[in-house]
Amino acid sequence: MIEVNHLTKRYGSNIAVNDISFSVKEGEIVGFLGPNGAGKSTTMNILTGYLSASEGTAEIGGYNILEEPNEAKKQIGYLPELPPLYMDMTVKEYLNFMYDLKKVELPRKEHIDEICRLVKITNVYTRLIRNLSKGYRQRVGIAQALLGNPGVLILDEPTVGLDPNQIIEIRNLIRQLGKHHTVILSSHILSEVQAVCERVIIIDKGQIIADGTPDSLSHSLSSDHRLLVRVAGPAAEVEKLLRRLPKVVAVGNLGEREPGVCEYSVEAEQGADPRRAMFERLAERGWPILALRSTDLTLEEVFISLTNGTYAAGQKLKKSNREVNA
Amino acid sequence: MSAIYKRELRGYFTNPIGYVFIAVLLFFEGMQFYTVLASGSSAYFTTIYSAIFTWCMMLIPVLTMRLLSEDKKQKTDQALLTAPVSLGGLVFGKFLAAFTVYAIVILFTLIPAFIVSFLAVPAWGEIFGNILGSLLYGGATIAIGLFISSLTDSQMIAAIASFAVSILLIVFGQIASLFGSAWLTSLVSNISFYERYYSFTTGVCDFSSVVFFLSVIGVFNYLTVTMLEKKRWS
Repeated sequence: MIEVNHLTKRYGSNIAVNDISFSVKEGEIVGFLGPNGAGKSTTMNILTGYLSASEGTAEIGGYNILEEPNEAKKQIGYLPELPPLYMDMTVKEYLNFMYDLKKVELPRKEHIDEICRLVKITNVYTRLIRNLSKGYRQRVGIAQALLGNPGVLILDEPTVGLDPNQIIEIRNLIRQLGKHHTVILSSHILSEVQAVCERVIIIDKGQIIADGTPDSLSHSLSSDHRLLVRVAGPAAEVEKLLRRLPKVVAVGNLGEREPGVCEYSVEAEQGADPRRAMFERLAERGWPILALRSTDLTLEEVFISLTNGTYAAGQKLKKSNREVNA
Repeated sequence: MSAIYKRELRGYFTNPIGYVFIAVLLFFEGMQFYTVLASGSSAYFTTIYSAIFTWCMMLIPVLTMRLLSEDKKQKTDQALLTAPVSLGGLVFGKFLAAFTVYAIVILFTLIPAFIVSFLAVPAWGEIFGNILGSLLYGGATIAIGLFISSLTDSQMIAAIASFAVSILLIVFGQIASLFGSAWLTSLVSNISFYERYYSFTTGVCDFSSVVFFLSVIGVFNYLTVTMLEKKRWS
């Protein structure tokens, strides 16, 4: 659906985007992560035709954004960081204006009504945009992006400035939209990307430094892959049982965490996943698992590790390891 | 283009700019008409239109100052530039909206002529010559103002710069003779809006002046498109 090849954007001697390439399949929800000034918005602006690339190509639905801009733009619904709203218009007037501007050919009233219901702005349809709250303005911005039912939605920090309830609502909306659209979403908020996106592209200093699912990034960047499990049961016997699990290479007792409950560190062979067998064997013996977590890096740690050098992440890892070995 | 035209035209009348522009010009025109009537030359409309020329040149920047600078400031240009609309369509839609408001004022100036026609025979040739000339120099000034508006995101700077250019275009005719060189005097006279407009006030449709004003409209709308395109590449 989206093909980006060797995209570069220069502002004088400053390189905002440096030779990036990626593709996004139909129906994917991709998160763009990166610190301020990393090149996320510039990349999005190039994809939408707002900016031109200094080098490289971007294709949306098979149309080159530079050579066939109007066809390519018809495939895109774009919500910039600041929704492009006319404050002197009502929601109704604005959506009708955007409907005309985008040359939408779907039945006007039914299409606009459907979008208003989807993004829940029916109750403010006749109000002036100037008088709407930030959350509603954001929804109107999303509504205009959905006009024409474009195959690709590009959302630049869609939840910035919203309160926690609004953030959850907008995230749910994006997840819902992801069922019928290809979505590219940029955010600083790592939990948001983890919650909404199937795939993460991390950009720093204009370059892609990581691309994969949140889990695969966490796993591949972790230096050790241990499981920490808390089990209620006799410590020696539980430890013996864990050692006998298939493909487990090392088990350590980390001590009693609650009365009668010990925490164990379980290390398996590369690529092996002992969790199911662990559950079954412990259940057979009637020793319940009270907690189970991986020592893989969190997305936050992955992000820090990749964008801020290894120092900060190293500190976190050391701390995490100290806890494990304590 | 029609969506942008409708939005801009509507924008002039959802805030006071459109009403103030029309009201102020018609007020001045009424005052001038009264002065002409009082002097006894009831059909001498060229005097009225000459005065309107100066006021229009002064007030057109009010119409054009927000056309593109406001979009830049409010970031609504992101909606316009990422929509499947050509830059030419975008610029021409905005130009036409401002020109429509201006044309409304110019057409309203026909009202005194119709009133006078019940009492005397107005010089319709001169009147329509003035109207054609007014529409042409107005269109050219709007195109220049629109271009200046594309250079900044400040309405105030756009208005002041357009105002300065308007004054320059008014005084060019008067200062042309100050230049020592004959060709420079001729050049400055030829680009003076008043000198170009003056030929219409006698009821003569000067083809070279029509081409001049249409060329200014075309060139400055083209430059505006180029500015927007340049912004993409810069």
